[in-house]
Amino acid sequence: MNIHSSAKSFEILSNLLEERTGQTLSPERHWRIQTSLQPIMREHSIPDIDTLVSVILSNANRGLETDCLEAILNNESCFFRDQASFALLTGPVLDAIRQNKEKEKRLRIWCSACSFGQEAVSMAIALSENFQKWNGWNIEILGSDVSNQAINRAKKGLYSQFEVQRGLPIGLLVKYFNQVDQDWQVDQKIMNMIQYRNYNLVSDNKFVGKFDLILCRNMLMYLSEDNRLKAFQNIEKALNPNAYLMMGSAETVASYSSKLEPCQDYRGFYKRNLT
Amino acid sequence: MKSCLIVDDSKVIRKVARHILETMNFEVHEACDGQEALNSCLENKHDVILLDWNMPIMSGMDFLKKYRLSENNNDAKVIFCTTENGIGHIQAAISAGADEYVMKPFDRTTLESKLQIVGCS
Ligand SMILES: C[S@@+](CC[C@H](N)C(=O)[O-])C[C@H]1O[C@@H](n2cnc3c(N)ncnc32)[C@H](O)[C@@H]1O
Repeated sequence: MNIHSSAKSFEILSNLLEERTGQTLSPERHWRIQTSLQPIMREHSIPDIDTLVSVILSNANRGLETDCLEAILNNESCFFRDQASFALLTGPVLDAIRQNKEKEKRLRIWCSACSFGQEAVSMAIALSENFQKWNGWNIEILGSDVSNQAINRAKKGLYSQFEVQRGLPIGLLVKYFNQVDQDWQVDQKIMNMIQYRNYNLVSDNKFVGKFDLILCRNMLMYLSEDNRLKAFQNIEKALNPNAYLMMGSAETVASYSSKLEPCQDYRGFYKRNLT
Repeated sequence: MKSCLIVDDSKVIRKVARHILETMNFEVHEACDGQEALNSCLENKHDVILLDWNMPIMSGMDFLKKYRLSENNNDAKVIFCTTENGIGHIQAAISAGADEYVMKPFDRTTLESKLQIVGCS
């Protein structure tokens, strides 16, 4: 029996989404829910959203709620996303970090909303392309995301033809991927540079270490103000002195953090000040 | 305005690619095979060439080898655009002087991404 009107069901789902991930879904974007839940409803022979919500609320199938919320999350990403910013990152920004850490020769990077891993893989490839500069360095890349589904896919390192054609130059595809039927598998050497784990940037308080560079791109913009503040607190805690934060092209730190200053010369980059 | 030559024996592919490129402000030229493409390159200087592999009269590969060996006007960015999706074909294309490689089927975002990579967007 359907006890909810569809609008009510959408509201329940978006509230659950916000509770679990911090992501807000404005009513204009409720259409996303319908589209992204279609495959799950088909799989479980559930006829409509209202019935789905009833099943979720009855707690009859615990995994279903997580599956639904993860399906609604926007995992859109691509290799070397925002080509110009990536060029700044792998050029002058990494050069500056290398100078700062020359004595220690230890570089830690955190892709903090890494989706299926394209960002972390791009980072590892960019560093490998400059291996002479990083000779003798201990390099660690952490890729994390709130979505288990995304992290499990990232761990596989397997990308479709469609995905490898977005942002990845063909020379790098040939050099760092192996073709497996129609898909492309990231080289083990690259995968070995990356560790993936589940992490909720809004509500996890577990300390994941200190980093010289944190990428948090195209995720904060979907958070409410409160949740954004919480995410920034997590980011601040994890930044080494002089470390950099890279944000998406449509995002800014604005007033959410007093510890991060915009880099004048590098748009989209922020530096941890020493206060 | 940048100039793009689309080389493909499929009228449909030429039409789709033309539409995408025109909305990106390219001046678009078309050729149905490698020989027509060579002729077009003698008359016009293109910034980028979108190149199919299998075509009658002259294949994309034969065109590319001849084009890169021409005396002058041989430095357009060449993006292969083909259903030949195997690594062997990709490597052969790069060796022959292709700058990028699009595996069909492709969409607007893919093409835009590749044009950006070769610095022609
Ligand atoms: C649009 S993708 C961006 C991926 C990549 N950073 C990029 O810019 O291409 C946003 C990602 O943020 C993740 N996400 C959403 N809320 C999160 C949270 N509270 N903590 C960590 N990741 C979150 C989503 O699962 C999704 O994979």
